[in-house]
Amino acid sequence: MSTLRGNREILRVEDVSVTLGAGRRRGMSTGNRVLQRVNLTIEAGSWTAIVGPNGAGKTTLLRACGNLLDRRDDREGRIDLMGQSLDHWSGRALAQSVAWLGTAEIGADGDLSALSAWDVVALGRLPHQRWWPSTGALTTDDAAVVQDVMMQTHTWQLRDKPLLEMSSGERQRVHVARALAVRAPLVLMDEPLLNLDPPHQAEWIQLVRAMAAEGQTIISVLHELNAALYADNIVVLVKGRVTHAGRVDSPDTRAAITAAFSNRIQIRSLDNHWVALPRV
Amino acid sequence: MNARNTTSAVSVALTLLLAAGALTCLGLMVGDGTLRWPWGLTSDPITAEIIWQIRAPRSIGAWAAGALLGLAGAIAQAIFRNPLADPYLLGSSSGAALAVAIALALASWLGADVSGAAFWGGFMAFGLTGAAFTGALLAVILTVTLAGGVAQGTRLLLGGVVVGVVLGALTSFLTFIAPNVLLNMQGFMLGSTALLNWSAVGRLLVVGAICMAIAATFAKPLDALQLGERTARSLGIPLSQVNAIYILLLATVTGAAVAHTGLIAFVGLAAPHVVRAWLPCQHRALLLLSSLTGGVLLLGADALARLIFSPMELPTGLLTALLGGGYLLWRMGKVGRLS
Repeated sequence: MSTLRGNREILRVEDVSVTLGAGRRRGMSTGNRVLQRVNLTIEAGSWTAIVGPNGAGKTTLLRACGNLLDRRDDREGRIDLMGQSLDHWSGRALAQSVAWLGTAEIGADGDLSALSAWDVVALGRLPHQRWWPSTGALTTDDAAVVQDVMMQTHTWQLRDKPLLEMSSGERQRVHVARALAVRAPLVLMDEPLLNLDPPHQAEWIQLVRAMAAEGQTIISVLHELNAALYADNIVVLVKGRVTHAGRVDSPDTRAAITAAFSNRIQIRSLDNHWVALPRV
Repeated sequence: MNARNTTSAVSVALTLLLAAGALTCLGLMVGDGTLRWPWGLTSDPITAEIIWQIRAPRSIGAWAAGALLGLAGAIAQAIFRNPLADPYLLGSSSGAALAVAIALALASWLGADVSGAAFWGGFMAFGLTGAAFTGALLAVILTVTLAGGVAQGTRLLLGGVVVGVVLGALTSFLTFIAPNVLLNMQGFMLGSTALLNWSAVGRLLVVGAICMAIAATFAKPLDALQLGERTARSLGIPLSQVNAIYILLLATVTGAAVAHTGLIAFVGLAAPHVVRAWLPCQHRALLLLSSLTGGVLLLGADALARLIFSPMELPTGLLTALLGGGYLLWRMGKVGRLS
């Protein structure tokens, strides 16, 4: 029974608290505690959306899951990836197993004049490449993966365009493609729909559902509730605490989402899908 | 990088090498108020001596020092992801300046008691170079210590500013209490290629070749770093180690250049921009091409400095500052942004 797809546990978060910018001054701990004893279990082959108001700690939770907190951040509790504590994963093995798409860094980045869409997506193969000494050239397999994910994300026609000359929506799709190119069992995406127009949002939802159906696990922080309602599971985060985690089709989940947003929204069924509307 | 870009990178590199060759020939011809083809003159032993012992090492040394600065500029802009980063931003210039000031002050203080100018001449020639190099390295170590390690770019930049200001103040204080140091330091502060000899050329070329080889070997993570530190980490790049390697290279390369030519302005800042405007390329090629460009820039500036007011000679650093500043201004107007 435990071998059934969707039943196998890939990530377990136990009693995790995170303090940002932690430090010790005169014996007192300083910093901003943004996660409070979070517990979560994520099943393989599922898509989980983390929702919650601004400042709830969604991005921090996602970073903690990928062992990508800042050096000065302090994490307590235990996170197991595929049954092994994150602290015991080597950097390279972790990079192959967990793909990351961040938000804050897009726009605060470096010299992009030389990087075309192809180059950026190809960087997603870096965890699988030997990079010292850097060969620079992709293997045929790597190149096939890059082409594959660029086709899936409709970025193939942008392949020779420098990142600097792209619109923010195009750039976001290239970054999504880069995260997919890792072909990691677990994909963490922080606001993947940022700057995407409705057709590309719909395509992203389709793509993620297909990935989950093929056994990949996706955890995404989403501000677009209507997109989040297409996920398998929803984690509701309020003020650093998980107030609810469960399947979208459960009434409890929908009640928890509504409560998280101070009952200023309503969730209704439309053509067999749940939609969130502002309550005015 | 695809095959087409590789080909153009190679042709750009060849063009830069050709330009360096041509400018070296020009450098051999320029001097004593005349511009003469050197080959026919080498029968005269004095002219031959001037050409092969003064002009040749000076030109090749200028190329090598410029190449070091170009490499340093490309490294600095890559690891700090900042188009305005220059080789001196970790404090190496102010460290070198302070060390030179201390060495000069000591020398003039001791020199008053010790007779034998020849002994001191020898000490000065090598001692100043060594002092400047040591000072540059120590300043970078101080910056890294203040920043609490190499992992955080912003802290390193701030540390560099602090070290630059404080060491600069110490240098000013030293020249304030020993004004004769100021005059002797002028050549160093303005940047000069006039004192380069064959042994300096040898040191510059060896340091340059070793550092270039290491820099190019580890260049792939620099591309990933442009997507941001967290994304680079998620791709399995050991950020601390990569930063440590490149900061060590930056300190060594900049220290070697500063020790031999003083504070040459703008070559390191401008060279990567010239390359980017010419041929957008990834970091392995960018490091190499920036280096070759820096060499051509300083070699050209050196020839010009001797040519413009010939037979009088301008300090090379003065010229690079004017030309580099002018170039960046022109680029700024042209594209509206520096990246």
